[in-house]
Amino acid sequence: MEVFSLITDGVLTAVQPINLMLIIIGVTVGLFIGAMPGLGSVNGVAILLPITFLVPPTGAIIFLAAIYYGAMYGGAISSVALGIPGASTAVATTFDGRPLALQGRASLALVTAALASFVGGTVATVFFSLFAPLLADVALSFGPPEIFALMLLAFATFVGLGGDDIPKTIFSICFGLVLAAVGFDTISGEPRLVIFEIQGFLRGIGFIVLAIGVYGIGEMLWTIEQTRGEVTTTNPKMTAKGLASDAKEAVRRGWRGTWIGSVLGFFVGVLPAAGATPGSLMAYGVAKMTSHAPEEYGKGSPDGVAAPEAANNSASTGSMLPMLTLGIPGSPTTAILLGGMVMWGLTPGPRLFVDESEFVWGLIGSFYISNLVAVLINLAFIPLFIWMLRMPFTILAPLIFVLSIVGGFAASRSMHDLWLIVIFGIAAFFMRKFDYPLAPAVLAIVLGPIAEPTLRQSLLLSSGDPMIFFTRPIAAPIMLIAIVLILLPAVKLLRRKSRVAAD
Amino acid sequence: MRKGEIYLASLLALFSLYLMYKSTELPIGYISGKGPGGGFWPFWLSVGMLLSCAGIAWNWWRGLSPHSVSNEPLMDAFGWRTVALVGGGVVAFVALIPIISMYGGICLFLIYYLYFLGRHSWLMTLAISITLPIALFFFFEGAMYISMPQGLPFTQPFFDMMYNIIY
Repeated sequence: MEVFSLITDGVLTAVQPINLMLIIIGVTVGLFIGAMPGLGSVNGVAILLPITFLVPPTGAIIFLAAIYYGAMYGGAISSVALGIPGASTAVATTFDGRPLALQGRASLALVTAALASFVGGTVATVFFSLFAPLLADVALSFGPPEIFALMLLAFATFVGLGGDDIPKTIFSICFGLVLAAVGFDTISGEPRLVIFEIQGFLRGIGFIVLAIGVYGIGEMLWTIEQTRGEVTTTNPKMTAKGLASDAKEAVRRGWRGTWIGSVLGFFVGVLPAAGATPGSLMAYGVAKMTSHAPEEYGKGSPDGVAAPEAANNSASTGSMLPMLTLGIPGSPTTAILLGGMVMWGLTPGPRLFVDESEFVWGLIGSFYISNLVAVLINLAFIPLFIWMLRMPFTILAPLIFVLSIVGGFAASRSMHDLWLIVIFGIAAFFMRKFDYPLAPAVLAIVLGPIAEPTLRQSLLLSSGDPMIFFTRPIAAPIMLIAIVLILLPAVKLLRRKSRVAAD
Repeated sequence: MRKGEIYLASLLALFSLYLMYKSTELPIGYISGKGPGGGFWPFWLSVGMLLSCAGIAWNWWRGLSPHSVSNEPLMDAFGWRTVALVGGGVVAFVALIPIISMYGGICLFLIYYLYFLGRHSWLMTLAISITLPIALFFFFEGAMYISMPQGLPFTQPFFDMMYNIIY
């Protein structure tokens, strides 16, 4: 019963006029950002982070979470209308959303996406409300060794899920962690890693500099080079009259995918570093595998739209659970949210639910309200989004570059950081050409300042004995899981080799 | 692509070595009563970077990564030209900020991109290039109280005029 009382308090906090206004603005802005090819929730949250300093921390996180939600809804718009995912989380939506649009059923695809997103987000919020306090209670007994073990688990998950090229994933993680160490040593207070003796590095390298460089500049250069600057648009037919019948059809033909995506997405989203993209892809795969008519997938199945859309919204909520309760972000966007919370003076992790109860439950309450607001705004503005997406890419691209540069300066007020954004952007473009995963570096630059002190404190506690991580009841199993995840790709590789040799 | 992969891995390996060297400016071992020194964390991470580069080189040597067996060029001439024009435009934009201010830089960058790269009409180009910096000025300086770089003194009359509107 205590949970319901806390949720009620949270919802009441979320519907306070200032917070409700932030939700409406955040969801609307997020919808537009998510609908833009090349821009996703991570860009929106990174670019608009500086704005949040104008409001109290509860309002700030509610605003950013609303952007995150809105962007998850909006990602489907360009996936369906243009065949270009508005964000990586909406990649799977293109598989069936685009064929539906080509059949003149864009309206059905967009309504299915909106309703599935609503169900996914709501189911995940219910799970969140029930499981978050449980995890928070466990988290209260966490000391430096346990927290470091969790950080290792976060990085291990990235190694396990990061793709086939393990050395590149490990490089990316180490690179992000080293960047986080630039500036001053937080324990001794001495200058550290002042690269080429450039004094600007004494201020350290903020995660926002890397995030805007990678996702703002690098991603746009990549898109321009890949599409040769010619992003084509279509003119989907949509009428307000048909929306109601489309909604009925969406419920009838998309409910299976919606439930699969809602449940699966949440649990994948909770995994550190997994996030909404693998969640939506997995949901699509499971929905297809368990379908009575798998041959319809890829040709315009509403279930094929519903599964990834429900999953990416569900996962986006799920990924906030480890961020808040354990201080581990589940995706690049929550990594930025985590960084934002640190900047507002809040410490995510075990004590957050105790020390900042109003903040946490206000945020959870806002999830319910954001979902409702998002589905209503989404349905109402679908025709407008289509009009906006007709904007030529040669106008859209420079606007994104300008927003990245202005947003980057607004965050740091430093020309040094602006140059770093450009350098990171160009470097990210070339690294991506060679399949270096860059999301782990963004995650690492946020987690580095938490991982390093906890490691050093743990070793100080044990007089330098690393066995401290394997003898404590909570730290030991987490470390073992992390080690298994790190070794898993190597084991798979060896098994594959032995099978080939046996054949 | 094949040469590019090993060149990039070599460059990153050199950078890793440099970071290892920089890390040793602080103690990298265990100091009794104080715990690991300030250089401990970045040093061993740089070692991790170096070992990862070795792993990438190993995969390249064995032909295990897709790029190591690819004879495709990194980009064709059109790709290089596009990236140079767009990336160069962004570099020039940032370089111009301390001279003609953030808003002047935005205006020139938009003119360059919209008219010369995007081949839009002058009317469209000027409408966006003038409206957007002004809107951003009111947003950042007026609503957010964030001052953007104002460039050299010759831009001051513009800022004086705009501040008169806000305050």
